[in-house]
Amino acid sequence: MRLGKIRETAMQGVFFLTAITSIAAVVIICIFLFCNGIPAMAKIGFSEFLGGQKWSPTNVPPSFGIFDMIIGSIYVTAGALVIGVPVGILTAVFLARFCPASLYKVLKPATELLAGIPSIVYGFFGLMVIVPLIRQYFGGNGSSLLAASIVLGIMILPTIIGVSESAIRAVPESYYEGALALGATKERSVFKTILPASKSGVLAGVVLGIGRAIGETMAVVLIAGNQVQIPKSITDGVRTLTANIVLEMGYSTGLHREALIATGVVLFVFILLITLSMQAIKSRSENHG
Amino acid sequence: MDKFQIQSMNLHYGKFHALKNINLNMQKNKITAFIGPSGCGKSTLLKSLNRMNDLVEGCKITGSLKLDGEDIYGNMDVNVLRKRVGMVFQKANPFPMSVYDNIAFGPRTHGVKNKKQLDEIVEQTLKDAAIWDELKDRLKKSALGLSGGQQQRLCIARALAVKPEVLLMDEATSALDPISTGKIEELCMKLKNEYTIIMVTHNMQQALRVSDYTAFFLLGEMIEYNDTDTIFSSPKEQKTEEYITGRFG
Ligand SMILES: Nc1ncnc2c1ncn2[C@@H]1O[C@H](COP(=O)(O)OP(=O)(O)OP(=O)(O)O)[C@@H](O)[C@H]1O
Ligand SMILES: [Mg+2]
Repeated sequence: MRLGKIRETAMQGVFFLTAITSIAAVVIICIFLFCNGIPAMAKIGFSEFLGGQKWSPTNVPPSFGIFDMIIGSIYVTAGALVIGVPVGILTAVFLARFCPASLYKVLKPATELLAGIPSIVYGFFGLMVIVPLIRQYFGGNGSSLLAASIVLGIMILPTIIGVSESAIRAVPESYYEGALALGATKERSVFKTILPASKSGVLAGVVLGIGRAIGETMAVVLIAGNQVQIPKSITDGVRTLTANIVLEMGYSTGLHREALIATGVVLFVFILLITLSMQAIKSRSENHG
Repeated sequence: MDKFQIQSMNLHYGKFHALKNINLNMQKNKITAFIGPSGCGKSTLLKSLNRMNDLVEGCKITGSLKLDGEDIYGNMDVNVLRKRVGMVFQKANPFPMSVYDNIAFGPRTHGVKNKKQLDEIVEQTLKDAAIWDELKDRLKKSALGLSGGQQQRLCIARALAVKPEVLLMDEATSALDPISTGKIEELCMKLKNEYTIIMVTHNMQQALRVSDYTAFFLLGEMIEYNDTDTIFSSPKEQKTEEYITGRFG
């Protein structure tokens, strides 16, 4: 009896510790980022840093303006959504409602495999296939906003497909039957009743996809061109916040290094906003039943 | 006049013989009730009339089912059939959209786009379903916020909005309180001037109150079919009598 009690308390302690680990990791990362990043931002000047369009960290005196890269990250993410969202949602609809069982057995694991491919491999694929194609058909040197958008669009597919498919499957069959019984075709029943009913789940998938796209680094560095500029066309090069960090971290020192950490802070704030909107979507869909 | 003619119909779910040699003609502008113990095949027969059974894998039907002399399982377009033969389900299933959009769904499906025309249809069908007064100020509100009884009458209105010829009702009042049930029964009796209604019910009183004809089913067979008064006052089959007097089922 007493031994059981001790075991129980011990187990509770273990659970507590494991739970604490992940929270501690988040807290420590926060502290690290903000302690290093915020003073750097203050030194550079907040508006200078966030709104400045000149990034020349090795000049004397140096300039640290990351505005172009903030825009770059947003453009690349938006581009990924333009490609990934329609394809992802339609694939999810197909998998959940139209796919014959035999095909499903192949397709479903294939979409899951897509999630397991390392991002550097996506980068290679972009470099060897997408970039040359863009160079050939659109001109320029190929490394561009378009290339990054296409590859990121593919990379966020498994997230959008997976989350959307389970949202679509969770919709009560009675909506579908109700629509059919009114004489609606299968397609209309699916797209006008089932898909709208699953919209908060689908939206959650899209938001997760945004998170994935904005944080992606390796694939983007290889194919985006990485020029510090606001691209004027989709075939122009672009540098994202993540690319900026990974390109210069190796040789940076002093304020330059701190400025890169501050870039990480900005990225972190983006992710925080995405997570918060995710929570908002969840609680809204719970309230709506 | 016969709206439906069913001849030597058999239905299998896989190996299970769910309906056995059904012969049944149902009249236009009348209310026909299907009664019988649970699992005897009432819903199955009802769903065969608008081919909702097509959704069930392994469901096989032989024999002939005709709507106005036209073979239901022949060349008829299934979506046209379902427009002509509307259905109200046991559990109210309004779409998760506004009251207005619920009613407008069917007409839009069949090509009505004009806003004024849709407005008229919505108002008229809600009036036909005797729920206009309750809902006229809530047309833009979500249908999921309505009470169970209101939802079911909304579903009836939604079915009426495509101007069907037949209304199939599968225990449409079984989840409702007596007042909502009474409203729907009244509604049925009013609607039969324009529609043919076929209802499944476990409520003997309801069948007696509302229907003109009653068919009694048992274990996949149709035991007896006659006008409702005869079935309930002097049934020919002993099994029918036992069922309606509550000795089994
Ligand atoms: N999709 C299905 N697949 C296999 N068997 C089914 C299916 N639907 C119904 N059945 C079987 O067919 C028989 C008739 O079912 P049905 O739903 O028509 O009964 P019912 O008379 O409507 O019963 P209840 O009064 O309980 O609604 C039952 O034995 C049932 O188990
Ligand atoms: Mg039933």
